[in-house]
Amino acid sequence: MSSGARLGLKVFVWLVGLAPLAALAYWFWTDDLTANPIEFVTRTLGDWALRLLLASLAMTPLRLLFGLSWPLTLRRLLGLFAFAYVVLHFGVWIVLDHFFDWRTMGGDIAKRPWITVGVAALALLTPLAATSTTGMIKRMGAVAWRRLHRLAYVAAVLGCLHYIWLAKKVLMAPKVYAAVLGLLLAIRAWDAARRYLRRRAAGRPLVVGSRG
Amino acid sequence: MRLRYSEITTETLYLSRRELLAGAGAAALAVATGAGDAGAATAPPALAPLKATPNPAYRVADAPTKMDAATTYNNFYEFGTNKDDPARLAASLKPRPWHVKVDGLCAKPTTFDIEEIVKIAPLEERIYALRCVEAWSMVIPWIGYSLAALLKKVEPTGQAKYVEFTTLKDPEQFPGQKGGFFGGSLDWPYTEGLRLDEAMHPLTLLTVGMYGTVLPNQNGAPIRVVIPWKYGFKSAKSIVRIRLTDTEPPTAWNKAAPGEYGFYSNVNPAVDHPRWSQGTERRIGEFRRRQTLPFNGYADQVASLYSGMDLKKNF
Repeated sequence: MSSGARLGLKVFVWLVGLAPLAALAYWFWTDDLTANPIEFVTRTLGDWALRLLLASLAMTPLRLLFGLSWPLTLRRLLGLFAFAYVVLHFGVWIVLDHFFDWRTMGGDIAKRPWITVGVAALALLTPLAATSTTGMIKRMGAVAWRRLHRLAYVAAVLGCLHYIWLAKKVLMAPKVYAAVLGLLLAIRAWDAARRYLRRRAAGRPLVVGSRG
Repeated sequence: MRLRYSEITTETLYLSRRELLAGAGAAALAVATGAGDAGAATAPPALAPLKATPNPAYRVADAPTKMDAATTYNNFYEFGTNKDDPARLAASLKPRPWHVKVDGLCAKPTTFDIEEIVKIAPLEERIYALRCVEAWSMVIPWIGYSLAALLKKVEPTGQAKYVEFTTLKDPEQFPGQKGGFFGGSLDWPYTEGLRLDEAMHPLTLLTVGMYGTVLPNQNGAPIRVVIPWKYGFKSAKSIVRIRLTDTEPPTAWNKAAPGEYGFYSNVNPAVDHPRWSQGTERRIGEFRRRQTLPFNGYADQVASLYSGMDLKKNF
């Protein structure tokens, strides 16, 4: 793929990442954030956090399935956008929803599993965002860096659980997100099993974490 | 002091710029998210005005919610599971002609035409607080009369202990009943129920209008009940049958999630929903949460119905 096409893809991801914020800003301006703006904004930010996180985790499976290399160039950008939406989602909860009522929020984090796992997902994503620079990859070493960044999958599992537990059981959307994540994990599991068998057939020991 | 409709809303507000933009916004979001049918937005039909005498005995002190909020943000899963689905898809419901069968354990089971029902007792306007189980609330001027007046017409027998309400089941009129690719949401038809003494309580309102007009389709046209001291889902909409029975009727949300939605579902800040606190609520139109009141502020009128009962167990 040409560098021009790569640049085009990145611009596209930037546009996708910024579009929901632009839409929220526009609806704020036109007073169209529904009759319950705080709930609507919280939900929209949460939806996009999960969508972008799953999109970032879909890049490696795309390479595994179709042998494409370009998706990997978008992984970091998608992941950082996902983190930004998680932070905004959490910020709206603190500032607009509870207005710094730390006691109530602390109680909710301790008492309500869906909030506990949501906060845990944010906690897991924070070091990933902090180590997202090329300099950090070099400093940590590629193997350790990759191992750390597998936490993104754990965060996605927690994010899906967060959505399933908070929503009414009759709603389908949370199950759809969980199914997508399950598929992405299954592709990686299939690839890991395939590599393991190939190595065993070749009589070589398994090297953990040698590939992303 | 009495609020006039002009202070609450005007009929022109119903077709205001804001609402048209909201429709466009919903469509834009649907496009942005690749979900939903974006083209379904239709202008709401003009609503017929409905005369009613204000009843000052049933009027909360708080200012009523704006009509366009009450008619564009609500749950009515018969249309869809999103808050804007009812308003967006409301045109498919045909509220006339309409009949309500009132039967079961009574001396005179009767099928009433909707035009007959509105004449059984004088129509009153009552301004009630509405508390959704999802911890948001509104204040709405409803039009109707006490359900007791209708129930007395059919003369409940001594065996009658409960009342069951059934909402229309017709996937042609209620697109949410069709069941999507991944299956349906609730068990249709939607049924709700009350103990007979709750149903006969003067606060329980058989409702045919709001904000000075007939009920908009998305709010349960042409006839619903409003039980202001219970979470909103107890107040069945678009009712086609009211049945007197001797056993506790199965109710839609209780069947879907028995641990979360009890038969009584009285508003109670001391009993949390398993997944969130019921201690506070967000009044639509306000920024900060406010405290939720026991029985939604109607404790002095209805608490005696539950004396001696464990309200944690009978949630």
